[in-house]
Amino acid sequence: MSRLAVSRLTVRRGGRTLLDGVSAAFPAGAFVAVVGPNGAGKSTLLAALAGLIVPDAGEVTMDGRSLAGIGRAALARRRAYLPQNPRCEWPISVERLVALGLTPSLPAFGGLPAALAERVERALEACDLTALKGQAATTLSGGELARAMLARTLAGDPEVLIADEPTAGLDPRHALDSMVRLQALAREGRLVVAALHDLTLAARFSTDLLALRAGRVEALGPTAATLTADLLERTFDMRARVSRTGEAAVVDFQAPAAR
Amino acid sequence: MKGAGAAMAAGGALLVVLFGASLLAGQVWLSPADVLHGLTSPKPDLASLIVVELRLPRAVLAVAIGAALGLCGAALQGLLRNPLADPGLLGVSSGAALGSVLAIYFGLAAQVALAAPVLGLVGALAASALTFAVGRGGTLSMILAGAAVSSLAGAGVSLALNFAPTASGAYEIMTWLMGALTDRSWEHVRLALPFILVGAAILASTARALDVLSLGEAQAASLGVDLDRLRLTVLVGVALCVGAATSVAGAIGFVGLVAPHLVRPVVGHQPGRTLLPSALFGAVLLLAADIGSRLLRYNGEEIKLGVFTALVGAPFFFWLVIRLRRLAP
Repeated sequence: MSRLAVSRLTVRRGGRTLLDGVSAAFPAGAFVAVVGPNGAGKSTLLAALAGLIVPDAGEVTMDGRSLAGIGRAALARRRAYLPQNPRCEWPISVERLVALGLTPSLPAFGGLPAALAERVERALEACDLTALKGQAATTLSGGELARAMLARTLAGDPEVLIADEPTAGLDPRHALDSMVRLQALAREGRLVVAALHDLTLAARFSTDLLALRAGRVEALGPTAATLTADLLERTFDMRARVSRTGEAAVVDFQAPAAR
Repeated sequence: MKGAGAAMAAGGALLVVLFGASLLAGQVWLSPADVLHGLTSPKPDLASLIVVELRLPRAVLAVAIGAALGLCGAALQGLLRNPLADPGLLGVSSGAALGSVLAIYFGLAAQVALAAPVLGLVGALAASALTFAVGRGGTLSMILAGAAVSSLAGAGVSLALNFAPTASGAYEIMTWLMGALTDRSWEHVRLALPFILVGAAILASTARALDVLSLGEAQAASLGVDLDRLRLTVLVGVALCVGAATSVAGAIGFVGLVAPHLVRPVVGHQPGRTLLPSALFGAVLLLAADIGSRLLRYNGEEIKLGVFTALVGAPFFFWLVIRLRRLAP
C-alpha cells in the first residue's frame, strides 16, 4: 500500500485554482522530487500532503486513511514538514530548537524524558551539529540553519518527511549535503517528498519525479525514465537538454528560440 | 538550566523581602515588631488596622497584578513573536479602562463600591471578544483589530472626559486612569484574584505551543498546534488577567513589556520557559514600584503607581529599541 496518496485533489484560493484534480501515490522508501515552474502548485501540493490545508475537493490518505481523520497530534508524530526557508524567531540554542521536533510526543507538562533526550543527541550527531548545539539558532549561517531544521525533523523520527525547497538559498556544497541526507532518510525506509528547482540534483538523488504544470500533473514516475528533455520542454515551456552519464544527469535549458 | 534556577530563587527571595518591606513602608512607618503585632493581635488597634486592612491587601494586589501583567506580556510576546508586544496591545486594557470610566461617569461608582472594577471587567471581556471576532484567522489581523478596539475604547474614554458633568468628575476619571493601588481593600482582592488565577492557569497551559511557535506558524501547525485555538486561548487568558488587573488598579504600563525581557536571557529565550519567571519578576517589579510610589511624595501627595511605572519604564523602552536596532541587520 502506498504510504501517502492524493486523489483528485483540487485546491482553490482567492478565485484561482492552485491544484486541479491532482492524483498521485508515493510508496515508503521513495525520494520524490516535485518539480515545476513557479506557480505550478508545488508548495500547495506539499502543504496539502502535510495536511496543513483543507482541499476543496479530493483527499489525501496516509496508509489508506484520510488525513482529515487522523488527529493533529497523531499526524504530527508520523510526518514532518519543512516550509520554504524555515526561520527561528527567537535566539534559542540549536539543541533546544532540535528538541522542539519532539513536541508532539511530549507529555503536557514536565521536562524532556531521557529516552527522548537521546533522540535529540542522535539527530544533532546525524546532522553534524554537536559542536554548534549551544549556539543561538538566529546566529547560524544558511547552511547550518538548514541542517538544524532537518535535525529538528529527524528528532521526531517521522515516517514521512515533506520539505519545500530544502536546497533554496544554499551554496552547491550545502545543497549537495542536504540531498545526501534526504536520500539517506529515504533509504532507511522513510518517504521523502521534496520540491526542487535544481533538476540536476533531482535527477541524481530522487527515485521518483512528479512534474506539475498549472496545477496539473504533467508526469509521475521513476526519475530515470521520467526526466526527459521532452517532459521538461512541456513542463517549463523551454528547450531543455538532459545529458546522462550513468546514474547522474545534467539538465540545462536554453532560451526559447525567437519567434 | 542552572542559571535559571538560581535566578528564580533570587527572584523569589527578593519578592519575600519586598513583600515584607511593603508592610513596613508608607506614610506611617511601622517596625517589624509592629507588623507582627498587627498581624497577630486579636483586637483591632491602629497598627493592626494599617497592616491588615490597608497594607496587606495592597501588597497582595501588587503581587497578583504584577505577576498577571508579566505573564500576559510574556505570553503575548511569544504568540506574536514580537518583543515589543505588551498586554495593552489587543485592546483589553483599554476596554477595561472604558468600563471603569463609564461606571465613574454615570455615578455608579459613587453608589456601589465595586461598580468601577466590575464594569472594568465587563469592558475587558467585551473588548477582547470584539478583537477576536474581527481579527481571528491571523496574527497580523489580530494586532490590527486590537489597535482598532484600543482606539475605539480610547475615544470612549475621551468622550466621557469631554462630557464630564463636573470638573471633579473629570478629575476622578483622570485619577483613576493614572493607575494606583492606594486604598484598595480585601474586596478588590476577592474580585480580581479569581480571574487572575484562572487567566494565569490558561496562559500557563500554552507554554508548549508558544515554544513551537518559535519555528513560525507553518512549522508549528505541522507539529500539531491549532493556531486558531492558541490565539483564542491566549486572548482569553490575557482578557481575564489584564481585565481584572486594570479594573482594580487602573492602567499600569511597562511591567508587562519589561518583565519578559529581564528573564529571557536567563531562561535561554524559549517563549514557554519565559512565562512563569516573567510572572515572578513582574510581581517583583510592581511591588518595588508600589513601595517607590508610596515613598516619593510631592506636597504630601503620593505619586500614582501608573505614572511611576511609566516614568521608570520609558527609559527602559528607549534602551530596548536602541538594542534591537543594533541587533537587527
